[in-house]
Amino acid sequence: MTPDTAPPLIEVEQARLRFGAVKALDGATLHIRPGECVGLVGHNGAGKSTIVNVINGALTPDEGTLRAEGAPVERYGIKAAHALGVRCVFQELSLCPNLTVIENTRIVHRELGSGRGLGWRSTARRIIERSLDEIFPGHGIDSRATVGSLSIAQRQMAEIAMAFSDAGAPPRLVILDEPTSSLDATLAGQLLAQVRRFVDAGGSVIFISHILHEILSTSDRVVVMKDGNVVAERPAGGFTADSLFEAMGSVAKPENAAQARRDLSSAPVLLEQRGRGLPFRAHRGELVGLTGLSGHGQTEMLLELYRQRSGDWLPLRDPAVAFVAGDRRVNGIFHLWSILENFAVASLGDLTRRGLVNDSAVADKGDGWKRRIEIRTQDMNNPILSLSGGNQQKVLFARALATRAPVVLMDDPMRGVDVGTKREVYQILREEAAGERTFVWYSTETEEVCLCDRVYVFREGEIVAELVGEEINEANILAASFQGEAA
Amino acid sequence: MSLRPSVDAMRLVVPTLALTALLAAVFWLQPRAMSYMGLNLLFNLAVPIALATLAQMFILAVNNLDLSIGAFVSFAACVSATFLQSTPLIGVLILLAAIAAYAAIGAVIHLRNLPSIVVTLGMSFVWTGLAVLLLPAPGGSPPDWARSLMTTKPPLVPMAIVASVIIALIAHLIVTRSSLGVLIRGVGGNERSVERAGWSVLWAKTAAYALAGTFAVAAGIALVGLTTSADANIALRYTLLSIAGVILGGGEFVGGRVSPVGAVIGALTLTLAASFLSFMRISPDWQIGAQGAILIIVLALRLFLNRLERQEGRA
Repeated sequence: MTPDTAPPLIEVEQARLRFGAVKALDGATLHIRPGECVGLVGHNGAGKSTIVNVINGALTPDEGTLRAEGAPVERYGIKAAHALGVRCVFQELSLCPNLTVIENTRIVHRELGSGRGLGWRSTARRIIERSLDEIFPGHGIDSRATVGSLSIAQRQMAEIAMAFSDAGAPPRLVILDEPTSSLDATLAGQLLAQVRRFVDAGGSVIFISHILHEILSTSDRVVVMKDGNVVAERPAGGFTADSLFEAMGSVAKPENAAQARRDLSSAPVLLEQRGRGLPFRAHRGELVGLTGLSGHGQTEMLLELYRQRSGDWLPLRDPAVAFVAGDRRVNGIFHLWSILENFAVASLGDLTRRGLVNDSAVADKGDGWKRRIEIRTQDMNNPILSLSGGNQQKVLFARALATRAPVVLMDDPMRGVDVGTKREVYQILREEAAGERTFVWYSTETEEVCLCDRVYVFREGEIVAELVGEEINEANILAASFQGEAA
Repeated sequence: MSLRPSVDAMRLVVPTLALTALLAAVFWLQPRAMSYMGLNLLFNLAVPIALATLAQMFILAVNNLDLSIGAFVSFAACVSATFLQSTPLIGVLILLAAIAAYAAIGAVIHLRNLPSIVVTLGMSFVWTGLAVLLLPAPGGSPPDWARSLMTTKPPLVPMAIVASVIIALIAHLIVTRSSLGVLIRGVGGNERSVERAGWSVLWAKTAAYALAGTFAVAAGIALVGLTTSADANIALRYTLLSIAGVILGGGEFVGGRVSPVGAVIGALTLTLAASFLSFMRISPDWQIGAQGAILIIVLALRLFLNRLERQEGRA
């Protein structure tokens, strides 16, 4: 393939799309040529997901043109996009949890069934297993297992393998929306290698990630979106992490990594937990990080801490712990409730008089936190789903912080949240920790772990290392995470 | 290849155990039931219940709930005992129209985003009303072929068992093996994912309702074949029995987790529970309560097994 002369696979020209008052796309133009990986970056709400949904046929722009292989398309939709070879891996996992991996392959590949009667199973199995073996050697996924019984990383692997698999209509453009957010470093590396292989063989990839070094190292071209428009577009070599920050509109601050780490070993111990491996302790006012490769027992530890300190049958008068969920769609937000109701639900005990909810107290508290944490909405009574993902996550933070609980447990809450929101939340965490609140923070991103006062590294369900102060850096964390596997 | 039993197989463990235990208890109480005739009598009424349970299962598979199954089966039974017997052509047309109406209800529920419970509850009155119009008083007679089908005596194994096995196999083929079955369960599991792959969710739901209507019509015909007459209220209790049967058989209310073989076993278990209680000489006043107790025990057992399974998965 010669990327320079072949017509672009997909061209979106001057696309405009409004959802009510929100301009999701405001004249965005994006060309995808065969044989290139396009990195797409921008804040949450910049229009990345929207333009991706235009390309995969789920949304039709109000204005603008769409050309496939140089020819304008009249009736573009999900089916036309699939026939063209467009495949998507979405940020939130989107397989059917009750079906097996094989059956999900059947759902994804409509062409599998034709003329094969009941014999599609063996074909589907061959296709998905070949793809899994190729991308993630040694994946350990049984394709006959239901997706619900797989770990979150395995589900993501299955979904990625499905997008790259070929059941008659070959994939030509694979859209990866935050694909590495649930994968650990090894798996992410395997995926990025697959992206390069696919692109070198003439395929195209749209790669969306908040992990900028992945974008810069994997993409051929980087497109920066802001407010529904493309604001910068350059070969990947033309960007550095700082210039990307600049283009996205957030100011790149030099990370003061050694920002005042506090030694709190003399403060009273609030949490203590002994299991296999090193004992876990958290002092008052401390920011304790849990890290290691994803899925090595960090979430289970948080759930155990929560379970032990919350009322079993009756609610406690004084909440001892609050929880910020990571998978906000599954166990974070109440989809049908307003922002205010989602915010207030954890502290209703304090906002109740004689068994009735005190509406004005709830509204006051909601307004206070809206200002403090900058939830971007006109009205806290809007439905929670009207917010972008990052703002939904902020509401979940506010929900936990608004309780009187002295300890807040956080289960990788920054998954898929934009850089700007992250910075704001870090700031609030520091303020709260200074106010003697304790945080136990599971994170898969080294940058976040480095903000903590003390860090526990997990491997295979136990704590294998405790890092304090200057010891907290990427090299030490990696060494502890992989220790033993190299031996 | 691992030899670990699949999740589907695990789901069948509890219903199978419950059925075996009940059967053993019945045989112990009444050894004469351990015969061709005895088994036939025990399970005779299970065939229409199994069919109605499968009908309900299709609805549960797309995360809906059908409160009109009982009324619809009664209606189908009334049609079978009147038109299908006297003027078969008209009878068949009426039943086909009824299935089409079922499919249309499914389409409307999806298109207008209506709660299925409310719509089907309303429809249950419509079906009952139509049944009363057809047969204001109990009566009618079954079509000869239905009667002879339900009373055939195959060698070795009684008809009730043979029919249950065949029904379970057909449903298994549709639900677990065919593409349509995968699509229907996929809608129950994650509607958006199915939509994103370019399928029509409307079509899948309509198909699920049409299949439910078909199985419910079969239940009505089987019921008339057994009882030789019909009445507008003949199958009203099937609504709750069918839901209990699906759940007992390892199905769940949401998430597209259903098992056709389990549903048939669940229906057999429910039928057997009633006989078991009569053999225990429990007064009819207490029988419904005792049936409920059996249900609770079995479901508790299932929760317990689920927990074991989860702990194993974590270890």
